[in-house]
Amino acid sequence: MDKSIQLSDLKVGYGQIVVLNNIEFTIAPGEIVCLIGANGSGKSTVLKTITGQLKKLGGIVYLNGNDKSTMSEAEVAKVVSMVMTEKIHPELMTCFEVVATGRYPYTNRLGFLGENDKAAILEAIDMVGATPIIDKDFSKISDGQRQRIMLARAICQDAGVMILDEPTSFLDLQYKLDIISVIKKMARIKKVAVLMSIHELEFVPAVADKVIGIAGDEVYVLGTPKEVLTGDNLEKMYNMSSGTGDELCQGLWEYSKSIAKLLN
Amino acid sequence: MESDNRRLKVSFIGMIVFLIGCFLVSMGVGSVDISVRDIIKSLANPGDVYMGKIIISIRLPRIIGAIVLGGALSVSGFLLQIFFGNPIAGPYVLGISSSAKLFVALSMVVLLGTGINISSLVMVVAAFIGSLLAMAVVMVLSQRVRNMSLLVVCGVMIGYICSAITEFVVTFADDTNIVNLHNWSLGSFSGISMEHVFVSFVIVSIAIVFTIIFSKPIGAFLLGENYARNMGVNIKRVRIILILLSSILSATVTAFAGPISFVGIAVPHIMRGIMKTAKPLVMVPACFLGGAIITLLCDCIARTAFAPTEISISAVTSVFLAPVVIYLLVARREVSRG
Repeated sequence: MDKSIQLSDLKVGYGQIVVLNNIEFTIAPGEIVCLIGANGSGKSTVLKTITGQLKKLGGIVYLNGNDKSTMSEAEVAKVVSMVMTEKIHPELMTCFEVVATGRYPYTNRLGFLGENDKAAILEAIDMVGATPIIDKDFSKISDGQRQRIMLARAICQDAGVMILDEPTSFLDLQYKLDIISVIKKMARIKKVAVLMSIHELEFVPAVADKVIGIAGDEVYVLGTPKEVLTGDNLEKMYNMSSGTGDELCQGLWEYSKSIAKLLN
Repeated sequence: MESDNRRLKVSFIGMIVFLIGCFLVSMGVGSVDISVRDIIKSLANPGDVYMGKIIISIRLPRIIGAIVLGGALSVSGFLLQIFFGNPIAGPYVLGISSSAKLFVALSMVVLLGTGINISSLVMVVAAFIGSLLAMAVVMVLSQRVRNMSLLVVCGVMIGYICSAITEFVVTFADDTNIVNLHNWSLGSFSGISMEHVFVSFVIVSIAIVFTIIFSKPIGAFLLGENYARNMGVNIKRVRIILILLSSILSATVTAFAGPISFVGIAVPHIMRGIMKTAKPLVMVPACFLGGAIITLLCDCIARTAFAPTEISISAVTSVFLAPVVIYLLVARREVSRG
């Protein structure tokens, strides 16, 4: 049970087209793993395969030691929560109601919220700092606030594994910092195993325990931020001309130091 | 939260009172005007009042029919809107009602031609098959046409094709029973009998109970399929449930009252505005009540406005509800589904 999620020889893609082969890694409770790679490298494909949006093309996803393909939708919902890049357009739903949908796996047949459901929702909203907008219409708040609400929604789902697809994209610096610090806090307090894709490499050293770099049709490199964020690796992953990676990496690490300071 | 609950209570009680008022008024007006006191008397004891027979055998089935089927129609529209994740959907604009109409007309011609008398259940089954076929076509189209307004245009075209074929069938059939279909094929409660009312009441009640039982997973669809799946919803099963329930509801309406325009698309929109929520547990009863009220009022106008000539109910609903649909199309242009 010490591994919340384990991928074994996972093959992902769309229909017949394989995007990535032989993906193998595990994430322990409380651990944050960042998935990095160029646009179109297959980050989202991996995440969508784990959440069930795409069918896997081979291999096994283990959740808390159980083969996911043997679990029912309801069982998976209690183990995996997610925030994806897809925007939702719920009509006439308050922020509270959107967060409350995270309690779906726990509520009764007609979906009435119990006292502990309400407590979990309020706690999650408080954790992301969205208490002031709790009764606002979800369709009328800013993108940054929406991302907080979606994160709160995933938090109150009380799942051991959280999948985040570019949770910081399209937000300003302060919102990025807020979201990242909530993710860190949540992983630590609630012992959630987090797998997130991210384009802002400067945030990676401050947030990630492990980094997975994708290049070609496979996991190109897997290790600590120090091991992965090197000039050579960046050149390979982002198709940069050789010799440019080192200089970039130097700047990246300088920047990430200040980010880490801001986060603590 | 407290004020929300009060709003719901007030709205529901208000709608129920209004529906009862509409019921009494519709019973009273018509080719013969009857006072409210006589209506109540005759409902209690039909033999006592001079006009009792008119009330019980002619007006009552028609009015209960309008209530039950009008409610069913707007719940069907509400379910379709959730299914397509878009408020611009309804059984009429997607061609589902017209396809159901075609199948009822065809089955009548075929069965009456062979001398078999058609029962109301057969009519519902024929309408249901027609609805499912149109739904299948619309679903195939929706894979290719991501834009909901375009899909509606396609649906309207399907409706025209089905109506045209129905015209052929009705025009060239010589049986008097089928000639009478002309009124029905434009949408009308005039031919409805107590037996029809009974059959539709049973079917609609069952469908509404199932809708409420499944209101939780149906509500999860409001966040889109992917998030619904993540909540633990069996997507395939709920999609099938939505298709079956919306089709059986609109098929029952079409079987007995013909295609009624725009109630299914406009009423859920109006109800969302009144209830300020999209939750199925609130919206299903709200849509039912709202659809019942609006259909009953429109039917009342259809039979009294130009009395003794009756106009089709779709003529009335179009005048009042098509502007709502136009508003929806214009107001939502910027919100396209990603």
